[in-house]
Amino acid sequence: MKGIATVICAWALAVAALAPAAQAEEALVAVASNFAEPANALSEAFTHTTGHSVLISSGSTGRLYAQVVQGAPFDVFMAADAVRPARLEAEGLAIPGSTRTYATGRLALWVHAAGVEPPLRRLTTGHYRRLALANPDLAPYGAAAVQVLNRLDLADEAADRQVFGENIAQTFSFVATGNADLGFVALAQVNRPGRATAGQYDVIPAHWHAPIRQDAVLLLHGADNPAALAWLEFLTSPAAHDILAAYGYEPGA
Amino acid sequence: MTETLPAIGLTVRLAFVTTIMLFALGTPLAWWLATTRNRVKPFIEAVTALPLVLPPTVIGFYLLVLLNPQSPVGAFWVQITGDTLAFSFSGLVVASLIYSLPFMVQPLQTAFERVGRDHMEAAASLGAGRLDMFVSIVLPLSVRGFVTAGVLTFIHTVGEFGVVLMVGGNIPGRTRTLSIALFDHVETLHYDEAHVLAAGLVGVSFAVLAVVFLINRRYPVHAG
Repeated sequence: MKGIATVICAWALAVAALAPAAQAEEALVAVASNFAEPANALSEAFTHTTGHSVLISSGSTGRLYAQVVQGAPFDVFMAADAVRPARLEAEGLAIPGSTRTYATGRLALWVHAAGVEPPLRRLTTGHYRRLALANPDLAPYGAAAVQVLNRLDLADEAADRQVFGENIAQTFSFVATGNADLGFVALAQVNRPGRATAGQYDVIPAHWHAPIRQDAVLLLHGADNPAALAWLEFLTSPAAHDILAAYGYEPGA
Repeated sequence: MTETLPAIGLTVRLAFVTTIMLFALGTPLAWWLATTRNRVKPFIEAVTALPLVLPPTVIGFYLLVLLNPQSPVGAFWVQITGDTLAFSFSGLVVASLIYSLPFMVQPLQTAFERVGRDHMEAAASLGAGRLDMFVSIVLPLSVRGFVTAGVLTFIHTVGEFGVVLMVGGNIPGRTRTLSIALFDHVETLHYDEAHVLAAGLVGVSFAVLAVVFLINRRYPVHAG
């Protein structure tokens, strides 16, 4: 019996020692839903360049943050804000000093059924039934949308016509299915390279809301994962900047 | 707490309206299923049971597609009420009717089937009409079924989450039900409020179910 145990131990050790060297690594990345689409494009380029791969799990920044706090096995967290990654670092759940801004997001006001009036005019003239935005408590794009409404002095007028998506992806679906005729979405959702989006959108001027700085951070779980480290490096590389720009993001700092 | 009370009121109202409407819709359907010999019966039964097995996201997605103001159903609704079905209380009722249908129909069907043909044939031989037979024989013998169906429908609607999340739009006082409020509390890390709501739901659901089982035990209704 002892002999068999020794053989199994030796075999397990050998496998453990050889595996990382022999094959490319995989990292599990939690991505804010507004960035899911470009993250997929980035992941293809990433695998092409480095041989590593990433698995993308998308959700609202608030939910993903809560999942990380609860011990979700994510290696990298790509938030839609700078607050949550900083908090994870402060709470000792992320590697200190690993935080970086990978993109700056832009907001768009989108109508699915294009009419004579451009979206922003419909918002100011009140020619809409439902205005969709992401839940401002959970999603930075929702908070930015609220800032825009306040700036235009339309918050009161919109109050009983607004509906909230749990994240920017659900907000997009409300407008895409026609249930809300107007919606604040991420520019990246309606400006997709090679794919025409139905309807019409106006890009919201960047100075109408606080910059949507999107930070990424290396989580404890990914500290020793070469794919996670390479992914963070890749996010701020020139190759990544080109992909980001194509989706309507400004590169991070 | 300022956000909790409207959520409780809304949820109870939704569950109440849904249960009443499902009594009206589910009773004839269950009666037909219990008595018919039609060949399509298994297929109708399968359709009735679908909401049990389908993920709420399927129902939610189809409702979004069906109810949008450009679709025939959605357009008709906007025309008569001036409001969209999605993001409204009426939309939640429509969703709940579909979602909770099996919880109404299945207990009723079982109860009706238990009444058995003997009683009804006896009543018929004494000259009772179909409606008379239903009111004086079937209803009293199916009281347990009605109680079970009503309570299950009510509680199941209270606990509805996925569909409401997809078609509700999270509007305070109108579509933010208890389960959505709970979800928001968890997402925004307000675990204290989340604990209150979650424990409240567990407590109420347990109490209601226990009462039903107690009633069923003390007042057994046997047919045949």
